[in-house]
Formats: sequence, C-alpha cells, structure tokens
Amino acid sequence: MSYLRLEGVEAAYGNVRVLNGIDLSVEKGEVVSLIGPSGSGKSTLLRVLVGLNKPLSGRVLLEGRPIDYRSRKSLRAARDHFAIVFQQYNLFQNMTVLKNVTIAPVKIKKWDARQVEKDAVTLLEKVGLGDKIKAYPDELSGGQQQRVAIARALALRPDILLLDEVTSALDPELVNEVLDTIRLLSREGRTMVIVSHEMGFVKEISGKVVFMDQGKIVESGTPEVIMDRPDTDRAREFMAKILRH
Amino acid sequence: MLTRLVEEVPRFLGYYNVVFLLKAAWVTLALSAVGCSLGLLIGFFIAMVRVTRGNLLIPVRGVCISYVEFFRRIPFLVTLMIIFFLYEALGWDVTVFTVALTSVCLIAASYTAEIVRSGLESVNVKQWEAAETMNLNLIQTLRWVILPQAWKVILPPAFSFFILFIKDTALASQISVVELTYAGKVLNNKGFSAVLVFGSVLLLYFIISYPLARFGAWMEKKLVVSKTGRR
Repeated sequence: MSYLRLEGVEAAYGNVRVLNGIDLSVEKGEVVSLIGPSGSGKSTLLRVLVGLNKPLSGRVLLEGRPIDYRSRKSLRAARDHFAIVFQQYNLFQNMTVLKNVTIAPVKIKKWDARQVEKDAVTLLEKVGLGDKIKAYPDELSGGQQQRVAIARALALRPDILLLDEVTSALDPELVNEVLDTIRLLSREGRTMVIVSHEMGFVKEISGKVVFMDQGKIVESGTPEVIMDRPDTDRAREFMAKILRH
Repeated sequence: MLTRLVEEVPRFLGYYNVVFLLKAAWVTLALSAVGCSLGLLIGFFIAMVRVTRGNLLIPVRGVCISYVEFFRRIPFLVTLMIIFFLYEALGWDVTVFTVALTSVCLIAASYTAEIVRSGLESVNVKQWEAAETMNLNLIQTLRWVILPQAWKVILPPAFSFFILFIKDTALASQISVVELTYAGKVLNNKGFSAVLVFGSVLLLYFIISYPLARFGAWMEKKLVVSKTGRR
C-alpha cells in the first residue's frame, strides 16, 4: 500500500481544467519531483493535496484512507500530515522568524510551548538561521525567508513535505542555500513531493520524476529514464528545451 | 461691534446657557461615540462575514452587501427621515434621540464595513493560504495574521471618517434632536450674537473631535507594526 495515492484526480479553476485525471503514488521516504511546462498543473496538484483547490473528482488516499475534501474535519486531519512551502515563502509578515515557526505548533497543535520553541531554534539552526530568530521576514533575503518557511513547515512534523517551486522566486545566487537545505532533508529520509525547475537538482535528489503536461501525467519513472531518455516525444521536447540553456 | 460682543459675553455665559450648550455637546458626543463604536463593531462583523467563503453563508453575505451598498448611497438626512418614519409606522414611541442614534449606527456601520473590508483585502491572499494550510481557522487567521497587517490600512481612513462623522451628527438637528448645532440655532434665535453662539459651538466641536484625532494617531502608532516590526 502506497503511503500517498492519487486516483483519477481532476481539478479546475472556474471553467478551465487544470488536472485531468492524475494517478500517482508516493511511498514513505520517497522524493517525488513533478516537472513539466508552466500551466501543466504541477503546483495545482500540490494545492489540491492540501485542500487549497478542491478536487472535482477522483480520490486522494493517505495510508489507504481517502481524504474527504468537502469535510472540514477530514481536511483538517489530512493537513496534519502535509506541510507545504510556497514559491513566495508566505511568511507571516507581522511575526518574527521564531513566531512564524512556533505559532501553529503551539496554538493549533497545542504542543508544549517551551519544547516547541526549543525545537524551533534547533530547526532554524539547521537551516542556518540560528542568529535570525528575532528578525522579521522583510529584514531577511529571499533565500533566508525561504529557509524560514521550510523550518516553519518542518516544525509541524509533517509526514509529507510539499515544496512548490521553492527556488523560483529567488535570485540565482540564493538558490543553492535553499537547495542545500532540501538535500539535507532528503538525506534524513523525508517524504517529499517537489515541484521544481532546477533540473540538475531534481535529477540528483528524486527517487521518482513525474513529467506532466496539460493536466496529465505524461511519463513517470526514475530520473535517469525521464530526464535522459524519455519515451514520449512531449517529454523529449521539454527536456531538449530545458537543457538547451 | 466688538464692544457690544464683549458686553454680551457675561450674559451669554450665564448658567442656563452654559448648561444648555454642555448638554447639547454631550448629545453630540453620545451620538458620535455610540455611532462610531457600535458602527465599528457591526462594521467589523459585516466585513468578516464578507471574507468568508462557502455556500452556507451566501444569503448572509447577500444581506450584508445590500445593507452596505444601500446605506452608503443615501444621504444622512434621508436615512434619518426613513428611520424616523419607520419607527412611526411600526407604532413604536421612541424619542428623536433614539431615531438619531439608530441612524448614526446604521450609517457608521456601513462605512466602517467598507473601510475594514478594504483593509482585510489589502493583505496578500497568500497569507490566508499559508494560514489555512497550517489549520488556522477563520477567526485565528484574522486575529493573528490578517488584522495585525490590516490595521495600517484600516486606521487612517477609519479615524478620518469618525471625525467627519462627528460633524455629520449635526444633521440630527433636522429632526429636532438638541445637539450642538441645534443648540446653537436656539441660542441664536434667542438673540445672542451669532459670532458668540457659533464660535462656542465650533469650539465644542473641536474639543470633541481633537482628542479623537489624537487617539487615532496613538492607535496607529500602537497597533500598526511596520513591516519591520519596529515602528
């Protein structure tokens, strides 16, 4: 039984179909990367998982149990398993770094505040920001903010970490510090679903690569197969375009 | 002219006149204070209803939107008349003060609802999304994430509205509520010089609204955490 399983998931923005029947499974400890042209539905897939977009049809199963996205209770329970990191970091601008990381564990999960704080500091040290716990988001660089966002996600002790183009909004010289953080997480055996355009990174880190186009999974497999010798023309075309520069 | 004015001062500042004016000032203050605070409260509630999603609250949202659009579009004086005759039609025997109070609350609520809504909407929708995925509910998100960032957009127009509003309560004189403007007219009709009478009225309006403006500035300082959190 797969840890996370999607069966025929469909989603739309208004009248525009963005997901056309997605079947995908993620095993525990696996790193799955979603690649494909923009508008192919990669980010939407992550948004559907956490209930920011409601699926029109299909099922999402977590440890074999389907998530009912129309039920608030079921959705809240599912969200306890996921944590998502966004392209634009989305840190709470009115809170310090430490508060950003601790607010949900303390106020929502009701974990012991002292312990949460200690863990948060450890996490922030891990992402290299131990000296910034009292800073506000807008005092940090994009790369630093994104690392705080990763720490904030980890503080929730998610079973699956969802990373939505986490380096796309960053200046080139800041990309690596964030990628290094994610590498660290993959070495710890974390389950992650990653949407990324950093092809070298995807190839290095992923157990499975999924190539999407127009709301469908075109091909999936090991990074070597999908990225070096894909079966479909569509994937070949995409790879050629990406690798040309 | 000037000497006549000066000679008139002691008579004008007689016990009954002063009490009359202070009572009128009190009515203006009460109308403004209750109108603003109750209005702000209701306005907040309406704004919050309007940021909810889901089908369940569609009728409530509809009512809120119609309410806001309606009362923002008709003049204060017309609202007063509507409420005045509404009470009469209902056969409720209420004082003109109650009529005025009802009207100011209705009007203040509709305006502050819009001010608060624009403040809430000024906060990036992604802040909502981040909070939602972390399982914060609507109230928690508003309280901990959205409002602290929205104050800086809400407070300045809210307070300038309140100050405008104090002056607008003068319209209640039209249904013979004895507030400052009405009192001014009465004293003027009694033969006191317009300069003295309306000069005093002006001073009293200033005394009521100036502290409010200062309070607004203080609130802004206190609540508006600048983006870096230090101001």
